[in-house]
Amino acid sequence: MLELRNVTKVVSGARHISGVSLRLEEGSLNVLLGPTLAGKTSLMRLMAGLDQPTSGSVWMDGADVTGVPVQRRSVAMVYQQFINYPAMTVFENIASPLRVAGTNAETLKRRVGEAADLLRLGPYLNRMPLELSGGQQQRTALARAMVKDARLVLLDEPLANLDYKLREELRAELPRIFAATGAIFVYATTEPSEALLLGGNTATLSEGRVTQFGPTIEGFRKPADLITAQTFSDPPLNTIEVEKKRGNFMLDPTVGLPVPAEYEGLADGPYRIGFQPHHLSLSSSTGADTALNARVTVTEITGSESFIHLDYAGNRWVMLEEGVHRLSVDDTVEVYIDTRHLLVFEPSGRSAAPARPVAA
Amino acid sequence: MARIDLDNIRHAYMANPAGDEDYALKKVHHTFVDGGAYALLGPSGCGKTTLLNIISGLLRPSEGQILFDTRDVTGLPTEARNIAQVFQFPVVYDTMTVYDNLAFPLRNRGVPEGVVDKRVREIIAMIGLEERARRKAQGLTADEKQKISLGRGLARADVNAILFDEPLTVIDPHMKWELRTQLKELHRRFGYTMVYVTHDQTEALTFADNVVVMYEGEIVQIGTPEELFERPSHTFVGYFIGSPGMNLLPASVDGATVRIGSQSLTLPGRAGALGSDRIELGIRPEFVQLGREGMPISITKVEDIGRKKIVRAELEGETIAAVIDEDTEVPAEPHVVFDPAHLNLYANSWRVDLEGAA
Amino acid sequence: MNKTLNNKAWFMVLPVLVLVAFSAVIPLMTVVNYSVQDTFGSNVFFWAGTEWFQEILASDRFWAAMGRNLVFSAIILAIEVPLGIFIALNMPRKGWGVPVCLVLMALPLLIPFNVVGTIWQVFGRIDIGLLGHTLAELGVNYNYVNNPVHAWVTIILMDVWHWTSLVVLLCYAGLVSIPDAYYQAAKIDGASRWAVFRYIQLPKMHRVLLIAILLRFMDSFMIYTEPFVLTGGGPGNTTTFLSIDLVKLAIGEFNLGEAAAMSIIYFLIILVMSWVFYTVMTNYGTERR
Repeated sequence: MLELRNVTKVVSGARHISGVSLRLEEGSLNVLLGPTLAGKTSLMRLMAGLDQPTSGSVWMDGADVTGVPVQRRSVAMVYQQFINYPAMTVFENIASPLRVAGTNAETLKRRVGEAADLLRLGPYLNRMPLELSGGQQQRTALARAMVKDARLVLLDEPLANLDYKLREELRAELPRIFAATGAIFVYATTEPSEALLLGGNTATLSEGRVTQFGPTIEGFRKPADLITAQTFSDPPLNTIEVEKKRGNFMLDPTVGLPVPAEYEGLADGPYRIGFQPHHLSLSSSTGADTALNARVTVTEITGSESFIHLDYAGNRWVMLEEGVHRLSVDDTVEVYIDTRHLLVFEPSGRSAAPARPVAA
Repeated sequence: MARIDLDNIRHAYMANPAGDEDYALKKVHHTFVDGGAYALLGPSGCGKTTLLNIISGLLRPSEGQILFDTRDVTGLPTEARNIAQVFQFPVVYDTMTVYDNLAFPLRNRGVPEGVVDKRVREIIAMIGLEERARRKAQGLTADEKQKISLGRGLARADVNAILFDEPLTVIDPHMKWELRTQLKELHRRFGYTMVYVTHDQTEALTFADNVVVMYEGEIVQIGTPEELFERPSHTFVGYFIGSPGMNLLPASVDGATVRIGSQSLTLPGRAGALGSDRIELGIRPEFVQLGREGMPISITKVEDIGRKKIVRAELEGETIAAVIDEDTEVPAEPHVVFDPAHLNLYANSWRVDLEGAA
Repeated sequence: MNKTLNNKAWFMVLPVLVLVAFSAVIPLMTVVNYSVQDTFGSNVFFWAGTEWFQEILASDRFWAAMGRNLVFSAIILAIEVPLGIFIALNMPRKGWGVPVCLVLMALPLLIPFNVVGTIWQVFGRIDIGLLGHTLAELGVNYNYVNNPVHAWVTIILMDVWHWTSLVVLLCYAGLVSIPDAYYQAAKIDGASRWAVFRYIQLPKMHRVLLIAILLRFMDSFMIYTEPFVLTGGGPGNTTTFLSIDLVKLAIGEFNLGEAAAMSIIYFLIILVMSWVFYTVMTNYGTERR
């Protein structure tokens, strides 16, 4: 188990990481989700031992490893760039950590073979990395990280430089590969959809802080605060400021949304509500929802779905509808919010829902 | 703005190409209509960037001609083609201010300073960088820099076309949405001819009126996003578009009846004689309905990806995927039904037109 | 970025520290020791205080040599930097020409300093030297031994020939790091050759150029071997630079105290000027940011 206890990293006055505490279990897959510069790479470097925290400590299996350099920790890392030894064959690339460890020839051959099979590199073992496609190069880097049999495997946006479809394939394979090794995996990404497809646990990062840590789907469905919800939404989360008056969230003095049962206990006052683009619709899901008049700004059609960008009283919303909907720009349309999936936030940004698990 | 004709273009990077396989671009004959928004979509190495470079004039095709509004520009260098291009990595002149960056292409062409000022102010407002106008471009964020690149392309009102080479690669997901809608908006308002190269289906489909899908140096299908989704003309298109891609099941066909293992289904029309061709039935995961009736499946995995669930299963020994709503429960004895209107039949990977089908 | 603390690392640097101590620190201390004492030989020393320093700073001979050094460095920089940039800009960026050009450029840098001096000494001779003889044939009354202007021109030519390559190589390294997309974008923007240089190439070369100028300044200010071999400081004292004068003073006139004081002044001047150069140029860089 890897544990970060109240870790802070300050580099020349700038706080790159502030007060992060995380417990990553044996054999778990942990996603670090956040935009560029949120602190994903900084956090990984601290986990690896490439950097030392300014304050706080790092624990591995109950032992304080804060000052231990990376060479003496059991860590493997894969980067966004495809990093292989260009003058070695794929076989030698994968075998390199084993050679360093002095593994005997027979075991080495077997282990490299296993890793190559798992990552479908069998036919390319005698090739040079630069003769391979980007996907194969990154598989080589992944295989090398795997044979190292490290306790901690850090993957820093490993699929970001690959084609969309390749990314999809490799992403589907990764959890299977992870499961086979039993190590602690940490995977950094900027894309919410990637986190959701990988599953496991997700820590959402914003400006050097972990805003929530828990099962991935929980972060999406029950975000602890507005920042987490926004970090987890692609397309972006729709929000609007409302005033709760008894049974209604008033969008303006005349338009109100019925308050869902779980939020009935909330005190009256100002709130910000959030809802995913697919919970905004041209038709009512319950038949009893309030119709809102919004102006169409842009429509994007993917062939199976339509993204309709709307302006509602100065708020920019995105609506995701199944099928093809050709709406004219500047037309006013009636839209409905599916209140069953409503997220409610206090003015401070904290979720107003009943208590939810937040990272310790 | 101009109409762009690609007249039987072929390109090989080697000196004496022997066979088809030596060509990075096998044969492209296509017209980009004046004011259209196009996407060139395909995996890396499919020839999409080669084609873009031929349009921009960075490459001269081995064979064929390229016409802007019926004028042959095949031999003209980039600077004489009057086009704009936005690159994968933002190209900005670091030492200039945002304002000067945008004025640069105009000043280079000797446009009077009064006109330059008016135009640059318009562009700055368009790309929403008013507050940054007097700042050095150096030190801006990636998306701001990419907006400048775009703005420089828009500065000249008379450009023949604006070309995009995977412009959102280095942009964070949230900013992608903003930049994309801005592009869409600019296209709608000013009617530029735009060609957008990408490997990302979402970008291609949402941006373009017409998507050109390329595979191994060839165009495999040109169509609207709907056509590509509903009637992929090649199994590659079925696979490449959609996430997950189309389910393809080995099948045998007899008239309007198609058999997968022990199951048989009725096609929306009759297939002609297909002889010994390799037959596959294609159905999008979105059109696979999960329920208690239909063909029995065994589920291997359910991926909850937030707004929907992807069900991975086996049907007659073949793997298939189905997409269901976030609120839909997976039944205990799962069966699937294929929406008959959305069945596609493929012979040797190419789509078969069915007689009597809509 | 603070790295992992590792005490073993100090042992790795130790040999270098010892080497630097023997090659630089200890000799410098010896020089300091000499500069404040006087001797009549046979290892008898007297305390002289700042006497030598005062003498040096008051001597016309020192200031004349100093002036020659400054003029020389200024001319060298004025020629080598633009010429180096010009050559770097015109070197091929891909293909077989790249290694050929790089090797050709590196050649003068590989030749020992005294050999460079000898080469030019022979090259400039009127009787057998290619340059001297050709000029003589053309009717130019060229003689670097007698004519101060000719001696200066020859030394400057020699230095340009010897050291421009360094500027070229550094600038070239800066240039090849510019992605193709920049040139393509500039073409599309209709940028002139000058604009490409001014807004793309120069900003990207800025850092290496700073290093090139600094290196060339320091080296040219310390020039010794080549002019010593070529002209020996003559005719008269017209090519006697500080370094040559220093050696004359120390070895020729055996005036150790004065020579030591002069070395220290010389050293401080180089240090201060390099520092000024560096600060001015880095500030110039950050201002533009």
